[in-house]
Amino acid sequence: MSPLLVIVLRTLAGLGLLLLNGVVLIYMLRKVLGHLHLRLGPTRVGPWGIFQTSMDVVKLLTKEDFRPTASDKWLFRIAPLLIFVPSFMAYLAIGFSPTWHFANLDTGVLFVFAVLSFVPIGIMMAGWASNSKWSLIGGMRAAGQQIAYEIPLLLSVLGVAMLAGSLDPKVIVESQAGLWLGFLPKWFIVPQFLGFWLFAISAQAETNQTPFDMSEAESELVTGFANEYSGMRFGFMFLAEFSNMFVAAAVGTTLFFGGWLLPGLEHNALALALGPIIFMVKVYLGIFCMMWVRGTLPRIRIDQMLSFAWKALIPLSLLWVVVFAVILKAVGA
Amino acid sequence: MPSAIPALPFYLLVTAIIGGALMTIFSRNVVHAAFWLLEAMVAVSGLFLLLSAEFLALVQLLVYAGAVAVLTLFVIMLTLRRREDAIRPLDTSVAAAGLAAVFGIVTAIAVGGFSPLPARMPAAAPGIAQFGGELFTRWALPFEVASVVLLIALVGAVWWSGEDEDQ
Repeated sequence: MSPLLVIVLRTLAGLGLLLLNGVVLIYMLRKVLGHLHLRLGPTRVGPWGIFQTSMDVVKLLTKEDFRPTASDKWLFRIAPLLIFVPSFMAYLAIGFSPTWHFANLDTGVLFVFAVLSFVPIGIMMAGWASNSKWSLIGGMRAAGQQIAYEIPLLLSVLGVAMLAGSLDPKVIVESQAGLWLGFLPKWFIVPQFLGFWLFAISAQAETNQTPFDMSEAESELVTGFANEYSGMRFGFMFLAEFSNMFVAAAVGTTLFFGGWLLPGLEHNALALALGPIIFMVKVYLGIFCMMWVRGTLPRIRIDQMLSFAWKALIPLSLLWVVVFAVILKAVGA
Repeated sequence: MPSAIPALPFYLLVTAIIGGALMTIFSRNVVHAAFWLLEAMVAVSGLFLLLSAEFLALVQLLVYAGAVAVLTLFVIMLTLRRREDAIRPLDTSVAAAGLAAVFGIVTAIAVGGFSPLPARMPAAAPGIAQFGGELFTRWALPFEVASVVLLIALVGAVWWSGEDEDQ
């Protein structure tokens, strides 16, 4: 196959994964939240309501794409793209098995964080362009939140980078092979337990999930930054949010839960074939936990959230980096 | 690694950088200017990528697009009392023209003083491990000095803005 064809096919595969993941996650979110709240979730469209989201997609595609007259014409149009495209680009660095990946990047983990740092800029752009107070407040919250939680997120990865000696997802996963004391999988969550919690909290904030969904905050800001959007432009923003959840869970799986590895199933043909399935199961378990948190905890206030990041998370993650570096040097592993 | 960087992406990126910089200066809306600045920064990271400096390209995105641009926009949006204030007036005074001329001359002299870049590219681009090793051994002192300078700026800003609370 020509290299160009490979690139086109890989891009299409990534887009397919993103869209399918969006449809699955919206249904899953409704069902999981429903059962957590002692409700049933969607039940009417198809058996167990499984066609609910597909019908919603049709609805979004056929709705009028409306732009308020007083909005900023170009910024209003660019903003959904600026939210959606980086989220799609992040798939480039995800490795599903030793042989399944979209691209081989030496600095894959850093790449994911670098492209995802565009999402809040898109949210701010949408908030400003809409020319509505709710939208602007949503956009500003996204920016403040992003600056605060990006620091502990990046610092939480440093411990893993020190252990694996690389930022390449493939190398990070491969260095988690084997067992400790004969029964404990050599996943980085064991030595990096604190790092994982810092990562999980910051990722929940960076992907705008309750209890940190300050920029959307239905009960306060209607739909926040997405207030004035309709039709597929709104659809793109919505899809990006679910795609970011997937990316966050995939990065978490790669960094802390051994990626496509399962103890006792390493380095053989069966492991190679099952790798992507194991990876996806772990990712969806991670997403389930994110939804669990979302369904359990109430939303906190924006000032509480920001002071928690600056006064608790950042000092703690800095301290952990120093302590872990000293431990690592002392143990000499 | 090829001995020369490909021409088409280079000129596209350079057009994007210079165009973005010009639009930053000439767009009347401050918010638009900030977004054009962001565009120029992203294009610079593309230039790094073209030179096989993958790590620098990503750090450029993270620091300039992810943090500096967000902070700039945040401050602009927070300090605008009304939406109409975003349109800045065009200053046509002699003082402004003189300042622009002085800045232009200084920039021209500074750019003219640079020695031309090597025409040939190195055989292989250094990886991040090599980059880190170089940064923290040979260039450790300048690196630390830069971080202390940033720390002083940070402490200064906190002290300055926190003045009212003590009184």
